[in-house]
Amino acid sequence: MGRTLAEKVWDDHVVRRAEGEPDLLFIDLHLLHEVTSPQAFDGLRKSARPVRRTDLTIATEDHNTPTLDIDKPIADPVSRTQLETLRKNCAEFNVRLHPLGDVEQGVVHVVGPQLGLTQPGMTVVCGDSHTSTHGAFGALAFGIGTSQVEHVLATQTLPLAPFRTMAITVNGELPDDVTAKDLILAVITRIGTGGGQGYVLEYRGEAIEKLSMEARMTICNMSIEAGARAGMIAPDETTFAYLKDRVHAPQGADWDDAVAYWRTLRTDDDATFDHEVVIEASELAPFVTWGTNPGQGAPLSASVPDPASFSDPSEQLAAENALKYMGLTAGQPLRDINVDTVFVGSCTNGRIEDLRAAAALLEGRSVAEGVRMLVVPGSVRVSLQAVAEGLDKVFTAAGAEWRHAGCSMCLGMNPDQLAPGERSASTSNRNFEGRQGKGGRTHLVSPQVAAATAVLGHLASPADLSDVSQPVGV
Amino acid sequence: MEAFTTHTGRAVPLRRSNVDTDQIIPAHWLKKVTRDGFEDGLFEAWRKDPQFVLNQPERVGATVLVAGPDFGTGSSREHAVWALQNYGFKAVISSRFADIFRGNSLKNGLLTVVLPQETVDALWKLTEADPTAEVTVDLVSRRVLAEGVEAEFELDENARWRLLEGLDDISITLQNEDAISAYEARRPAFKPRTQAA
Ligand code: SF4
Repeated sequence: MGRTLAEKVWDDHVVRRAEGEPDLLFIDLHLLHEVTSPQAFDGLRKSARPVRRTDLTIATEDHNTPTLDIDKPIADPVSRTQLETLRKNCAEFNVRLHPLGDVEQGVVHVVGPQLGLTQPGMTVVCGDSHTSTHGAFGALAFGIGTSQVEHVLATQTLPLAPFRTMAITVNGELPDDVTAKDLILAVITRIGTGGGQGYVLEYRGEAIEKLSMEARMTICNMSIEAGARAGMIAPDETTFAYLKDRVHAPQGADWDDAVAYWRTLRTDDDATFDHEVVIEASELAPFVTWGTNPGQGAPLSASVPDPASFSDPSEQLAAENALKYMGLTAGQPLRDINVDTVFVGSCTNGRIEDLRAAAALLEGRSVAEGVRMLVVPGSVRVSLQAVAEGLDKVFTAAGAEWRHAGCSMCLGMNPDQLAPGERSASTSNRNFEGRQGKGGRTHLVSPQVAAATAVLGHLASPADLSDVSQPVGV
Repeated sequence: MEAFTTHTGRAVPLRRSNVDTDQIIPAHWLKKVTRDGFEDGLFEAWRKDPQFVLNQPERVGATVLVAGPDFGTGSSREHAVWALQNYGFKAVISSRFADIFRGNSLKNGLLTVVLPQETVDALWKLTEADPTAEVTVDLVSRRVLAEGVEAEFELDENARWRLLEGLDDISITLQNEDAISAYEARRPAFKPRTQAA
């Protein structure tokens, strides 16, 4: 019988298989950052174990790093200690590190692909749930806990329980103004935050095949918000073109061997998925969240739902709690919701295409009075590219703040946070209570909706900007 | 890891679904570089509310958390498990757990027990009516016992064995050194490296 893409990649990494035990899988790439690694390195030290494959391991600093004054010492002593601990650990265990100030520094899930380290058919892990991002290349990529980080450092393998497979087929073409972010938010609302549990999702269909690599990363990135183990997209010409000539992409004869292998990484026609979801792209519209988990979303044209409209009692209760926390009332049109802050960035939407899309809408327009807009590139490379294209000037001319690369307000571990009660439109991936700062209220949006919202001061789509002039040549 | 065989203790009913790991332990706690000292961060935002169940005097010293569906969603932070353990919890019961959280909990010896929502409801009612009621989570017989409740639960044999024995995964894996080396020897040359070996 045929196999799915995920099953093929899994089978190619089995180091040991034994009846009644989880398969032991080889890990091709292990990404590290400062937050989930210190206790793992401690564990190695305690048992006097080395890092088995330093050549398959790489670290970057992202979660705690400031986005202003990066040449000054980090003000928060606890953040500073965590970064210093990573530096010490990487030096001691001979792990390649891109620290703050380095040209390859950035959010771990932006850095891996951009270096060409993420490739089709690989197993990629990181002590971070959004490792699912790398599945956009046809890699089996998933987040792990700190005990597993230590396990991979020590053995370059992981014992893993089997997964189920789910196909998410998106037919047709996405309408104009509808982005990968709107699509994935709609998928999560449809299947729920637990709907992907135990599954590896494979996104397929015409709408997915037409997406750029960056848009595919946005989709796979948020697979975890549907509870999935991982998300994947079969590699194709778009993938190969993205990888060609990247620093760590295969060269010469290796490139040909690699592409020949990558071309086999497609779900066989006679393979079956454990579950299938079909979505018509033409029915999608700009999408935003109104609640406190990423499954609580609706098209921007809709209103805040009435909790009583949910049939499941636990969803009803969750909606009630969410409205209370978010300070919203049922029936209020989503477009009437005013925001204080707009955040463009994160491993979901902090890549160059995201910044270009936001800048295109801001060009010649201004951020609404009283609204603070933060633009935080996903990596230093993204930042440099944006500057080369003059995007930073577009943002600052519109009144937005142009910051240094990092996770920033995606989770508020650095000083970029919402104040209690403050409301944001954010291109990140989580609208959990307090995620962007204690008491902060988050609406997840695409970069396009973020830009339109910044200009109008309330949740808005690019189409709503047609009345706001954008003089030519400004 | 400490072995887990059976545990009896009082319970905390947490009537919330989708309790994500940001609620269990907020991000600013993640700056710590140790595995202990997270108890004060557990459910930090909710604990500011004097009505919150954990703040009720009759819940002091309870060791079994009974939560709504989809417990532990979101971030992969193992700190969520450490925070629950540091606070004193030995087991968490829910009708559904997020995968990464569940994996992390079993690696640290925090038993996560999946029971049908009806049973969770019954445990909520029991412990709300009588906070002194005790709940037993028995990994040997794979059963949860309390007054009027007797429920079997599933846990894959391998995970159960590791918990019962308190075994460390890394030492088990390192017994397969030959298999790992053999796999490494046959990996394709085109696979990327982060630095010269
Ligand atoms: S950008 Fe946000 S989601 Fe991505 S790794 Fe950083 S904190 Fe996590």
